[in-house]
Amino acid sequence: MNTIEFSLLIAVASLVAGFLGALTGLGGGVVIVPLLAMVFKVDIHYAIGASLVSVIATSSGAAAAYVREGYSNIRVGMFLEIATTVGAIFGAFLATSTPTHAIAVVFGVVLLLSAGASTRKRSEAPAKLPADRLAGWLRLEGSYPVDGGKQSYGVRRVPLGFGLMFGAGTLSGLLGIGSGAVKVLAMDEAMGIPFKVSTTTSNFMIGVTAAASAGIYLSRGYIDPGLDMPVTLGVLAGSLVGARLLVVAKTKVIRIVFAVVIASLGLEMIFNGITGRL
Amino acid sequence: MGAEATKSPGDDSALDAKIGILLQVGVFSSAAVILLGGVLSLIRQGRDVPNYSAFHGVPDGLNTLSGIAAGAVHGHALAMIQFGILMLIATPVARVIFSVFAFLAERDYLYVAISAIVLAVLCYSLIAH
Repeated sequence: MNTIEFSLLIAVASLVAGFLGALTGLGGGVVIVPLLAMVFKVDIHYAIGASLVSVIATSSGAAAAYVREGYSNIRVGMFLEIATTVGAIFGAFLATSTPTHAIAVVFGVVLLLSAGASTRKRSEAPAKLPADRLAGWLRLEGSYPVDGGKQSYGVRRVPLGFGLMFGAGTLSGLLGIGSGAVKVLAMDEAMGIPFKVSTTTSNFMIGVTAAASAGIYLSRGYIDPGLDMPVTLGVLAGSLVGARLLVVAKTKVIRIVFAVVIASLGLEMIFNGITGRL
Repeated sequence: MGAEATKSPGDDSALDAKIGILLQVGVFSSAAVILLGGVLSLIRQGRDVPNYSAFHGVPDGLNTLSGIAAGAVHGHALAMIQFGILMLIATPVARVIFSVFAFLAERDYLYVAISAIVLAVLCYSLIAH
């Protein structure tokens, strides 16, 4: 297989991954690493580098739309980015000193948890709870558009959310993923921020989080232009199409199918990691 | 823009719109550069056989800001892709820089400080490291 054929195959696979990731809201990045590592036999360090770059592209592309619609809470995002960027640098250093098979096992576990989290029931109407003092001091409260009007909300348990965000950043830097699931969990479950605001603010934060580990990935040689070109362009194109179709498609069945795919990739990663094949 | 107390909480819609445009321009211009470099590299080296099964890092000149910029100026295809990737990485960083100034214009000094901390962390990773 020469470079042209290799690049085309990777571009098509990345396009499908980006498309399904956007359509299901699970993100394309999470399947890129197992896809490259297990199907295309790419070393996991190159794979997480390529995935991280594609995550920056899709996050910034999608955030552009969400921010303008007025769902994202820029103050919440900015404040929590202190935790995710520091975590991301920590995770990226961890990636350079963790053996490949251990990264594979951790990755597999995260895939299984992501698949599980995607079936989680979301609380559409969060209980109206008063904002706590720290949130008030940081002016984290906000409002978002609902049926032509504005719904305001408070924010609570800031230290817990901040701590979870450090964890989300570490996973992002270690595995080259956006770790949107953990970010949403931190805002939605821990901080009591409405689901729609949590998902869009998470998306907004993913790009900055990933940029924090990108510098370390770049200097360590994880970011290979020949590989990242088809991955990034494929995932970006796929996610743009997926985001457009989101409005018309019935996503429940697709979500379940994609969750099953992610879970089986997770099991395969764990198996390959333990048996030393990765 | 003064920091009026009458401003409703979380209403940053003007800021939102500008950040949206900034992100969009950043992503699409970097994708265009990556595509251009990619087409050139496939024309020039498309018949080579790729091998990513063992990790060797990337060749010298493709892992530093100065090396990539120098290569891209000289028309090296892989350096051009790498330059597009750098533009992509710079997009969220530009958003943070923009936020520092936007909060400064609103005299929201707490968030000027918060944005500046995030920027410092990013600079550590991209430049100091």
